[in-house]
Amino acid sequence: MWTWFYKLASPPYVYGVAAALMPWLLGLAAVTIGYGLIAGLGFAPPDYQQGDAFRIIYVHVPSAWMSEFVYTTMAVAGAIALIWRIKVAHAVAAASAPIGASLTLLALVTGSMWGKPMWGTYWAWDPRLTSELILLFVYVGVMSLRSAFEDPARGDRAAALLAVVGAVNVPIIHYSVVWWNSLHQGATVAKLGKPSIAGSMLWPLLSMFVGFMLFYGAVLCLRLQGEVLNRERQSAWVREAIKS
Amino acid sequence: MTVGLWEAFWLIVQREMRLSFRRPEQLLQPLVFFLIVTTLFPLGLSLQLSLLRDIAPGVLWVAALLSSLLSLDFLFKSDADDGTLEQLALSGHGLTVVVAAKTLAHWLVTGLALVLVSPIVGTALGIPLDAFATMLLSLALGTLTLSWLGAIGAGLTIGLRRGNVLFSLIVLPLAMPLLIFGAGATDRAISGTSAAGALYLLAALCVFTCTLAPFAAAAALRITLE
Amino acid sequence: MSSGGFWYMGGYARYVWPCIGFACVVLAWNLWSARRYLAAAKIRAARAIAMAASEAR
Repeated sequence: MWTWFYKLASPPYVYGVAAALMPWLLGLAAVTIGYGLIAGLGFAPPDYQQGDAFRIIYVHVPSAWMSEFVYTTMAVAGAIALIWRIKVAHAVAAASAPIGASLTLLALVTGSMWGKPMWGTYWAWDPRLTSELILLFVYVGVMSLRSAFEDPARGDRAAALLAVVGAVNVPIIHYSVVWWNSLHQGATVAKLGKPSIAGSMLWPLLSMFVGFMLFYGAVLCLRLQGEVLNRERQSAWVREAIKS
Repeated sequence: MTVGLWEAFWLIVQREMRLSFRRPEQLLQPLVFFLIVTTLFPLGLSLQLSLLRDIAPGVLWVAALLSSLLSLDFLFKSDADDGTLEQLALSGHGLTVVVAAKTLAHWLVTGLALVLVSPIVGTALGIPLDAFATMLLSLALGTLTLSWLGAIGAGLTIGLRRGNVLFSLIVLPLAMPLLIFGAGATDRAISGTSAAGALYLLAALCVFTCTLAPFAAAAALRITLE
Repeated sequence: MSSGGFWYMGGYARYVWPCIGFACVVLAWNLWSARRYLAAAKIRAARAIAMAASEAR
């Protein structure tokens, strides 16, 4: 079993796995997101308080969750890369950054659009919104730092350190609705015990969560292949790999 | 002659302070910037003093943030340029001690100076006298935390082209919670409610940063220097 | 489903549909951008191999 872990540090192995896995992840993502959108937009009953506006939940909540998840993945990959000096981990971190940043932007924009009918304003400087905005800035900082170095290996390490330092923001985002009196709604799904949301509304939402996760996996596979190629250009296995 | 850890620490702090005082104009620059920035807000908004009080904590803090950033950028620069930093790194006491000493010395001459100047600025912005204690305490804790965040940012960006823009891009988002709590504490003190909660949070942030940042900043320097 | 139909979204259409639309744009951009990145990486790798081969000669 441990040999599998060692294989994960091998660039050609990871490249091959990513290439093989991508179509499956993408296909499953399409199915789950498709179901989530159709059921959520077309068949779930309107909320008695928010009417049909609540349907924004189907894109807002999964993207917000993913923005935190992808950042955590990036930070963990960065830490692994720094501690054990595994280049593939740097590739994972580099590949994840633009995906996470775009999902953070999606969460902010959809949240803003949802805020207007619900709270009467497109924006509020409340803890959750502010910390999510900070997350976007940190993503941009990590990507900028990586590209600012002439030596790509050094850029990887600097970006990894910044990602780890910035990770302190993620629990702040997550618990901001618990720690402060926030305008933003508290946890509805992730609470232990029965989620406080109706079944016919819940299943499409869960499907969207799964779909976004699978989609991240698929895009990660694509970007990871590119990142691995860029870092291993000089290696022998690359010649065979790029023939496809 | 071997030097103990604490001895090395204090020696470096003294060296930094001595170097700083050799160029007093360099020490004055962030302070003057602080004064200028705080002046910009009332000029731009043309508010009466009583209304200025409402935005005073925010203005004070943003100005302190920006002036600290200006000076922090150069925390490691001159030593990195002439090779002293590498010598210190090789000295056998570990980069962490060097970083901690330099950052503390930097705070003593910059952050602490801002805190001492803040009553003048506070009066100019209409902050009442009884909020001064909170203002001073929050600024002291905040600038100290900021010095540590700046050390990490400076460590990551030495020698980069347009490194100062990147430095601000990295440090400012990390400093936003500081701004929220610091300005919040002063704000509460002005309006009369207890600022204790915000001050405790600020102190917690400070302790958290002070304990972990030296290691992060040393790691950053190792990455950029090797 | 509420009155007014699917597209009307109970009056909130101008909030809901732009959100869904922007979500589709973001997902599509991710796929497109990742594909482009991989293609560029493959080209650069091919060029590096060709240069190494010509140097070896």
